[in-house]
Amino acid sequence: MLESLDNIKTIALSEIQKTSDTETLRLWYSTHLSKSSQLVKSLRNLSNVASKDRPTIGKHANDIRKILEQAYEDRTSYLNKSVESPGHKQIDLDVTLPGRSLNRGRLHIATQTLRRIYTIWADMGFQIYRSREIETDELNFELLNIPLHHPARDMWDTFHTNSPGVILRTHTSPGQIHAMRANAPDPIRVILPGMCYRYEQITARSEIQFNQVEGLAIGTNIHFTDLKGTLSDFARRMFGTSTRTRFRASHFPFTEPSAEMDVECFLCSGEGCRVCKKTGWLEILGCGMVHPAVLTNGGYEPKKYTGFAFGMGPERIAMLKYGIDDIRHFWGNDLRFLEQF
Amino acid sequence: MKVPLSWLKDYIETDLDPHEIARLLTFAGLEVESINFIGLPQSNQHQNQTSIDGLEWDRNDIVVADITKVEHHPNADRLVLAQLYDGEQTHTVLTGAPNLFQYKDQGKLPQPLKVAYAREGAHLYDGHNAGQELIRIKRKKIRGIESYSMACSEKELGISDEHEGIIVFDSDAPIAGTPLVDYIGDAVFDIAITPNMARNLNVVGIARELGALTKTPIHPPTTNMTIAKSIQSALEMPKLEIDESELNPRFTATLIEGIQIKPSPYWMQLRLRMSGMRPINNVVDITNYVMLEMGQPLHAFDYDVLRARSKTKCPVITTRLPNSGEKIVTLDGIHRTLDNFTILVADNAGALSIGGIMGGSDSEVSDNTKNVLLEAASWDLINIRQTVTSQQLQSSQAGYRFSRGVSPEIAARANYRASEMIRSFGDGTIAHATIDKYPRHYVPNTVKLRVSEIQRSLGIDIPTDEVISILVALDFSVEKKQNVLHITAPDHRLDIGVDEIGTADIIEEVARIWGFENIPETQMSDLMPRQENNTPLEKEERVRDILVNLGLQEVITYRITSPENEQLLHDTENGPYVHLANPITPERSVMRRSLLSSVLECARNNSRFQQRIALFEVGPVYLPLLSSSENQSNLPAESQRFSIVLSGKRVSLSWANNQSDSMDYFDIKGIIDELLRAAHISDYTVEPDNHPSFQPGATATLAIHGSQVGFFGVLHPDVASNYDFGEHPTLAGDFDLTRFTNAMPNHYTINPIPRFPAIIEDIALIVDNQINNAEVVKSIIKSGGATLTNVQLFDIFRGEQIGTDKKSLAYRLTYQSEVKTLTDKDAAKLRTKIVKVLQKELGVQLRSE
Repeated sequence: MLESLDNIKTIALSEIQKTSDTETLRLWYSTHLSKSSQLVKSLRNLSNVASKDRPTIGKHANDIRKILEQAYEDRTSYLNKSVESPGHKQIDLDVTLPGRSLNRGRLHIATQTLRRIYTIWADMGFQIYRSREIETDELNFELLNIPLHHPARDMWDTFHTNSPGVILRTHTSPGQIHAMRANAPDPIRVILPGMCYRYEQITARSEIQFNQVEGLAIGTNIHFTDLKGTLSDFARRMFGTSTRTRFRASHFPFTEPSAEMDVECFLCSGEGCRVCKKTGWLEILGCGMVHPAVLTNGGYEPKKYTGFAFGMGPERIAMLKYGIDDIRHFWGNDLRFLEQF
Repeated sequence: MKVPLSWLKDYIETDLDPHEIARLLTFAGLEVESINFIGLPQSNQHQNQTSIDGLEWDRNDIVVADITKVEHHPNADRLVLAQLYDGEQTHTVLTGAPNLFQYKDQGKLPQPLKVAYAREGAHLYDGHNAGQELIRIKRKKIRGIESYSMACSEKELGISDEHEGIIVFDSDAPIAGTPLVDYIGDAVFDIAITPNMARNLNVVGIARELGALTKTPIHPPTTNMTIAKSIQSALEMPKLEIDESELNPRFTATLIEGIQIKPSPYWMQLRLRMSGMRPINNVVDITNYVMLEMGQPLHAFDYDVLRARSKTKCPVITTRLPNSGEKIVTLDGIHRTLDNFTILVADNAGALSIGGIMGGSDSEVSDNTKNVLLEAASWDLINIRQTVTSQQLQSSQAGYRFSRGVSPEIAARANYRASEMIRSFGDGTIAHATIDKYPRHYVPNTVKLRVSEIQRSLGIDIPTDEVISILVALDFSVEKKQNVLHITAPDHRLDIGVDEIGTADIIEEVARIWGFENIPETQMSDLMPRQENNTPLEKEERVRDILVNLGLQEVITYRITSPENEQLLHDTENGPYVHLANPITPERSVMRRSLLSSVLECARNNSRFQQRIALFEVGPVYLPLLSSSENQSNLPAESQRFSIVLSGKRVSLSWANNQSDSMDYFDIKGIIDELLRAAHISDYTVEPDNHPSFQPGATATLAIHGSQVGFFGVLHPDVASNYDFGEHPTLAGDFDLTRFTNAMPNHYTINPIPRFPAIIEDIALIVDNQINNAEVVKSIIKSGGATLTNVQLFDIFRGEQIGTDKKSLAYRLTYQSEVKTLTDKDAAKLRTKIVKVLQKELGVQLRSE
């Protein structure tokens, strides 16, 4: 009996929420609270209930009647109010119209890429060390184990200034010497970002100025295996968790052994595509163990210290990541290019 | 460098797939950039690692054939009909190959011509079109004679660009019907040789590397020379003198007599062409062949020319530096005046050749040459490099090799080999022993390598036996004494140093051949260095972030510009510049002094496509410093700046903002205000100023802590028109980044949220026109004291009723106390004080309603 009363309450309270005007509300009243309603009938028929249960059931039915009457009143006033409320009116609005335009600013894609690189290396304990762009031949070449007239100089086409021995740096490597001399004999983990210059024709593939990020780690316990592990970690974070890397022997005068690191092409997953020239691999950076002559020039005793260094081009990385087909877009600064990032 | 597989196989037995060879070499530091397949199938079992091209020859359709007879074409003078046997039947093949005309209408040839024959339906490259266009041989009638197959040129087979005539093989070619691919099918590796690998600029070097990588012994070419001692030569050997033994440590010369100049055999021509060289005649081809094979450039002189020049039986050849202004005409026909550092090969009559780089045209081998003096010498690489650069002789193969280093030890061996080949292929005689002047003997270095050094550098232990066998395969000699390897470099290597450098050189060799892929990856376990902030960079990045948040697009422009470009700014502080000595164009000839100029240029380039331009750049300008004791290196200052340019409409075209307002001074002022607020810089002033790049009266200077940081305002109309900005005013600002970031506090504190209600009151003031807002606000704040928490200008009014030389400024003042609720009385008292001070200091009147 108590259960069926509760059931009446539940149904009534649920149905009253569905009433939308006075007409439907009146219908609800006659169903649930009129003399013919089940609730009122059950109150009237209390005499049929066993006398010991009568007070309990009677009180329960009465409570429910009060609840429902209150609900009826609340709903009546709600419906009366809402007819007049603004929320009841239909507004004529094309919700598909474009929103008000905001002037969003953006970082240049080169800055965005540099920052991503900074973050990854910072997480691995590599701090940022910047140095000047106009350098001496000595710092850019000689102290990096590239003597004057050495055939290795063919690897860098250099802008010279009118001051003899003063050039535009061809790589951020002179920063290695600056950083070493500033820190020797303490251990070093730094990255060296910045603009570099090469005497070249400007084409879709080559630029006269470009950013480079080099890295340098020096200590008493640093090995080629660390170089491989650290750079593979970088590649996974830069290009995706499943990125595979491979290391090929190569040559840079300031490292020995030297290597090129390729990453599996992230556009075709190594299947071979236009971007990786069907090889499945992308050349991403050069690296190697710091050459003993460079360690010495930086103030570290090569018998005691070892280290590794690496260098990469943020613009090249961005070109690969975003399918940029022409390196001239970077310093061309056409907003139709920059605003896509 | 291009290396045919068939040539490699002369020195090493291998049945490895070309792809696998390319992979092995590439991983060992000899990057194979491409493989060009000559007829061989281009198997793809090693997936896609190197780019490949080339034409595969069908085994059945492209075969060796015999031409037995050549007859004239009845209707065409420039065509002949060849009777050709392809191993199965005889065909008549039409051809216009000029090298068959000599056999025309001679009846059956005494010995058949061995040619490359393509049957009907074969796929070949079109010989008549430029480039490599694949075609299929079809049946057609040419001048009344049916043609359905052909004898091929090298171009048609994809061997080279040669299409002057058809290929005629050497007479020992295999029998007719042999698939051509079995005879000359090949794969040519194009290998990028880094400067440290100069020893491998030759086929033997590559074979040695491959041998070490595959643990296969190699068989270097023989260098035996046959001297006919019994023959009494009519010729005397020349005398040799070396003046500069540092520049010319060795000079060898062999005299080959009575030779016949003729084309070299086809197999040699084929190898030269596949290696990218043009066959000339047997003598020149052999010098090139041995250079490609062993890495030693050689030079052949016509000995009769030397004898004629010397007017004696015994010419004297001297290697020396030039006399002042000395000249030579080189093989390429260029008249050259020699630099004083260029080493020459000369005789009494003058210069014969530029040592190690290029011969002179006087003494070059000609079709009539009978006696050849063959030079194989050794030169100083730095000196050769200087001459190559100075004389622009980068195209010289000899100069390229000598400028990267060729060991003197190879000279004699290469001379013997080439002389023997010239003797043999030229039907000549060698009657005299080779002259060998070797004043500076080359002694390869010895390195004492402690075995533990390998672990210290690479992080792994490589078994000592493996280390030794790798080094021995590369021709090092190794002696193990306890834990130290005594390693002597082979005589062909100039790149192995001593002590720590030698140790690193040896470890690199071991690691390269052991394979980088066989070295595991580890995480660094070394001590982590002290971690520190890079505050200047962090603040610079903060400035970028603030400007981006204010709706500006960052740009990064060229830092190399021209003075003319910067003069568009009309800035009188123009120059001096850092000038480039070798600019690529006049438009990029100096390092910029103005960042604003770069950003304006960028705005101009975008203005055609954009309604609204709002740009900024952060970057350096380059200011030469006067030479002084502190600036011994003569390096310029690199001063960091940031510039802002606004131009065009405030909002882009939109249905919601139906306004076409251009941006004005207050757009850039708003950016500066907000930038300062976001940077938590409060001690600053903005004052009217003048600057040649800006509109007079609409120019402001920003100073922080009393020192000037930069200018901003409306760009001067003359400057704006220099940049072709249209009718919109252009706003610009240019600031010293370092001064700005230095003023950004490392820490700041905030105010508590007020606990007591504020009283807000508006006052309108009548002010003389020449008094500016900053002065009024400064006065209000001073007299308002701590209780006055905000002053906000909300209206400016000008009108006759207040006088033409006056303006009305309306301010909303906020009074608030940290300790109590203010009363109207408190507010009135303050206001009276503020107005009184304003009246006294600035002559301001309260505007009555």
